[in-house]
Amino acid sequence: MDGKRSKHEFRSNTLPAVVTVGPVSLLLLFLVVAPLVFVAVMSFCGTDEYYNVVYSFTAENYGKLLSVDYLKIYARSLLISFITTVLCVLIGYPFAYIIARTKSKKRQLLYMLVIIPFWTNSLIRIYGWRSFLGNSGWLVKALQFLHIIQEPVDFLYKTGTTVLGMVYCFVPFMVLPLYTAIEKLDGSLLEASSDLGAKPVRTLFEVILPLTSGGIFSGCIMVFIPCLGYFFVSNILGGGNTDMIGNLIERQFKSANNWPLGAALSIILILLTLLLVKLYQRLGGDMESLGV
Amino acid sequence: MKKIRKEKRKKGISIAFCMAVYLFLFLPIFVVVANSFNATTSKPYLSWKGFTFDWYVKLWSNSSLLESFANTMIIALTSTLLSTIIGTLGAVGIYRYKFKGKGVINGLLYIPVVIPEIVIGIALLTIFSNTGVPRGMLTLILSHVSFCVPYVIFNVRARLSGYDSSIEEASMDLGANRVVTFFEITLPVLAPGIAGGALLAFTLSIDDVIISYFVNGQTKTYPLKVMESIKSGVSPDVNALSTLILLGTIGLVILTQSGILSGKHNKV
Amino acid sequence: MGTIVEMIGVNKRYGSNHVVKDLNLIVNEGEFLTLLGSSGCGKTTTLRMIAGFEEPTTGSIKVEGVPVEEKEPYERNVNTVFQTYALFPHKTIFDNIAYGLKMKKVPKEEIRERVLEMMDMVQLTGFEKRYPSQLSGGQKQRVAIARALINRPRVLLLDEPLGALDLKLRKQMQLELKRLQKKLNITFIYVTHDQEEALTMSDRIAIMHDGIVDQLDTPTEIYEHPATRFVATFIGETNTYDGCVTSITDGIATITLENGAVKVKCDESFSILEYATVSVRPEKMRFAKEPHEGFELVAVVKDYIYVGSVLKCIVSLPNGNGLKIERLAGQELPEIGSRIYPYWEPADAVLMHNDSYKIFKILDEIKLA
Repeated sequence: MDGKRSKHEFRSNTLPAVVTVGPVSLLLLFLVVAPLVFVAVMSFCGTDEYYNVVYSFTAENYGKLLSVDYLKIYARSLLISFITTVLCVLIGYPFAYIIARTKSKKRQLLYMLVIIPFWTNSLIRIYGWRSFLGNSGWLVKALQFLHIIQEPVDFLYKTGTTVLGMVYCFVPFMVLPLYTAIEKLDGSLLEASSDLGAKPVRTLFEVILPLTSGGIFSGCIMVFIPCLGYFFVSNILGGGNTDMIGNLIERQFKSANNWPLGAALSIILILLTLLLVKLYQRLGGDMESLGV
Repeated sequence: MKKIRKEKRKKGISIAFCMAVYLFLFLPIFVVVANSFNATTSKPYLSWKGFTFDWYVKLWSNSSLLESFANTMIIALTSTLLSTIIGTLGAVGIYRYKFKGKGVINGLLYIPVVIPEIVIGIALLTIFSNTGVPRGMLTLILSHVSFCVPYVIFNVRARLSGYDSSIEEASMDLGANRVVTFFEITLPVLAPGIAGGALLAFTLSIDDVIISYFVNGQTKTYPLKVMESIKSGVSPDVNALSTLILLGTIGLVILTQSGILSGKHNKV
Repeated sequence: MGTIVEMIGVNKRYGSNHVVKDLNLIVNEGEFLTLLGSSGCGKTTTLRMIAGFEEPTTGSIKVEGVPVEEKEPYERNVNTVFQTYALFPHKTIFDNIAYGLKMKKVPKEEIRERVLEMMDMVQLTGFEKRYPSQLSGGQKQRVAIARALINRPRVLLLDEPLGALDLKLRKQMQLELKRLQKKLNITFIYVTHDQEEALTMSDRIAIMHDGIVDQLDTPTEIYEHPATRFVATFIGETNTYDGCVTSITDGIATITLENGAVKVKCDESFSILEYATVSVRPEKMRFAKEPHEGFELVAVVKDYIYVGSVLKCIVSLPNGNGLKIERLAGQELPEIGSRIYPYWEPADAVLMHNDSYKIFKILDEIKLA
């Protein structure tokens, strides 16, 4: 009886399963798996003198990645990403907390005001910063007008400018998961904590932060990892002085034309990503909250 | 009343902090909007030379800018349509049927979400160039579909998790076949999730810089056009177009947040 | 018995919504006081003002004689058992219960001792390492109570703490709460909308209605001598009749109703020709086959409803109004459709002032104009 039933189910479900899951499977196979496998293969290839890819096995690329110049750039990338992430938490957490705890009607408006910049093209917004900070930009004009500075100062092309741009780009990625986590927080828990004698700071550390840590973790993942690859921010605001892994990869594929080396760099970035995601899962992070 | 005064001060600090963050978020947008009205005509188009609407007129004769915007819209609309169809079918299929490799598919969906875009971009570039797919509109659309589909699936799946499949059984019990049931029952119930996913796909596609940068060939999208001109100074007609797009974005945000697209009256 | 909580002229408004109206309430030390009322009557708001989660718009609240309006919840020596329990999901049962002591920086050893003792008292020994999500509703309830009681508050505030439990568990927890309260001799202020719960547990009940305390008294007094028509109908079942006082002799008033005259015991506050309401509990109702002296009611038996130990008899008066009479099951009863003459001992009924006569004044004024 059991066998008969499953046979029947098999017959009736195969076609619909293929029709529904087929396209997405093909898409993942050809546009996600195949390209990444290809990058992995290429990372072990060499190039001839015209920078054409030569398909023969070599670990040379990975050897190059260990040079001091590159190690410096990894260190800088990790540092910039780390600072960006920390600043995003410091700005994003209180901000998300305040909007998530605002009374219903105003809250929607406040939330909307976060979405609008989030949905506006990031390149254009970064370009806006460039116009604002540049040596003939508005900030300089304003400071000169106020006699705080006499000569034009160029705020661009500094590590700080790149960090500013990164924080700017990624704050919404931090705010949105935090907002979701904080909104879910049951207000009566905060009342209970206060009722049992905890001052607001104690309540923050004993109740609020532990219960919203999931949001913090997923926010950190959504800031730290893409930050490593946002090459255009450091291109536009850092002007080559603040190169990160992303800039290195971009250069191998665009100007330097050493694809295998770029592929090897990408593999490093993938491994780093997988490591961080594993860590995130170990900390109890939920994969679903990464797909805002 | 000491306590009330304390509360007020706390509230004041909160408001000031929020205002500062909003200022931070909107400052570059203000700069872009303001520069679109700047009467300057010399590079790098930054010093303020008075107010003008000229750039909004000149915009319409800048054919390469308009073309890049048209490209962006064509790519966004096509890839939204495709990824919504593929994503919706996929979400329903993954939710409904048991098959081998389901776990693998679920895991793979997260790759475009967590792996840095630049890696996805160069990976697509290498595969396109090695399989001889000419880079341009086609590769842009394929790439955009590939990173949009997971988001559509996540959105539809969120909707499915509160979905009572007995209503489909009821539909079939009442004589509708699978296809009719899908269009009469499944699709309408999932509509808000699908709309949300489609909207997300659309904005992701319009905003995309990094992946497009690697797979575009000679085709310029609007963000790429801006990127190209940044080094030499962006002419204010670009600001003007950006301002118009911003207005569109605001409209879209208001539309979605006020619940018109999120289907408030259609809760499962 | 001293005063422990005192609310003086307390008002609470949310915008135009006047939730608590000029409330004066004195809670005695060691008593079990229940705020009883239907949802939206202001009882939870009152409780939250004592706890410090809400501030009174005007008026003053004193705990142990000290005004507390300026104090934050964490500075007040009162604790709350929340309706939703509000257990910290990320902390073990032990840590949940220890929370208040930890905040007071009690030494670790003492915390351990007191928590274990408390857990024993609420019969949760062995659950220390579990998390709230691993407990049943009744167990969560005990944790919530233990977590509040361990701080030895002067007053424990309970906001519908049994609302989420099933009936059997509720009954059991009611007794247990009462036992704990007597044992620890802590003042309980208990909010509920369940009148039976209020009657079984409380020393005194404050019936709240529309932001006002209608009556504050012992359960017996409230049941036997409801002060207002609302109290009479809210607590238990009752039959009410509106009528006019036509004569008073020796503390017994004759009230003329639409369906005839009846007799009720009354006090000096009533005067002849006053509009008033009579309330008689179904179990106090009697009836005879012949007219009873002083009573002119006539009714027809409509139906019997058997509810375990008692039998409810529904009779109908000539004007169509129904009337409930309760009898112990097994007694001999008239047939359905037969005519009976309802009456009661004048002392068994309650006479209440009725404000609705004001409508007649308004009508008169309209007529005159």
